[in-house]
Amino acid sequence: MSSHLVLFEEEHVQIVGICDALHRDAVAKAVFLVDKNGQLLANSGETASMDTTSLASLTAGNIAATGGLAQLLGEKEFAIQFHEGEHDNIHISLVGQRVILVIIFDQRSSLGLVRLRVRKASAELAAVFEVIHTKAQQQESSVFSEITDDDIDSLFGDG
Amino acid sequence: MSFINYSSREINCKIVYYGPGLCGKTTNLQYIYAKTNPEAKGKMISLETETERTLFFDFLPLSMGLIRGFKTRFHLYTVPGQVFYDASRKLILKGVDGVVFVADSQVERMDANIESLENLRDNLAEQGYDLDKIPYVVQYNKRDLPNAVEGAYLREYLNPTSVPDFDATATTGEGVFDTLKAVAKQVLIELKRGR
Repeated sequence: MSSHLVLFEEEHVQIVGICDALHRDAVAKAVFLVDKNGQLLANSGETASMDTTSLASLTAGNIAATGGLAQLLGEKEFAIQFHEGEHDNIHISLVGQRVILVIIFDQRSSLGLVRLRVRKASAELAAVFEVIHTKAQQQESSVFSEITDDDIDSLFGDG
Repeated sequence: MSFINYSSREINCKIVYYGPGLCGKTTNLQYIYAKTNPEAKGKMISLETETERTLFFDFLPLSMGLIRGFKTRFHLYTVPGQVFYDASRKLILKGVDGVVFVADSQVERMDANIESLENLRDNLAEQGYDLDKIPYVVQYNKRDLPNAVEGAYLREYLNPTSVPDFDATATTGEGVFDTLKAVAKQVLIELKRGR
């Protein structure tokens, strides 16, 4: 099994498209897709003023902690979390045990609508990630196999 | 597990700073944060208790520059060092690409160092990693303190496999970037090998 998550242009375009559609259909403020290790994979909506890197890392920490709680209780996973704020709300769900889908929404939308739209988008995303997973396993060498020691040294100013 | 995005041409890797409570893991990250150009770093997040002890993790995203046209980013995490936060430590090790073990050089912390190092090995094994096979460096911190143990003694107990190791005083920054560079380099070499 490949130990890296590799995202190619084709699948990236697809997941961004799914996030854009979800953003629109759920009347959300923003949609994020994060991998379980805290890497941001895609985002859509009003994200310019948000610290997306921090958001991704904290979401992954949150999911990891909740997963730990689930195991203590003998549950496999708590697949959905919802946090209600004064103005904004966050809906967090796991897609195919691999990635985390985050929706930020306000009073223009509702939890019911978000849940409904998330269900559809999750199925679509799960299918794309199945392809990503298969591609990663088939890929024998990456551009990084051509990295030289000099490339690495120059990155650190030692070259 | 590094994340390679061919679409945005980015590589993201995760480095975890591990070690006993109060050994200086957070101080390492704070120094790196303070000395890095604003354009190369993101916000540093610390999830800590009211007494400023790490509760869950610290997080610092860093950009290291381009390699073969790919933006190289490292996400630095610390674990909470206190013994009773073991469940949290295990979570943070998930998907790790490289580990820094920060040892506290003070003689009275030797037992805590050894316990933490064994805990690191066990927790990595639980996630399917072997400490002897992943990118890994050791830092002997607090070298400036009068009760610091001799280097040879630290090495014998805390670095039996002779991985790259560094003397440091994280409060002044000595050894901090040497440690980071060494582990980051190992991570990239692993990536090159296609691990």
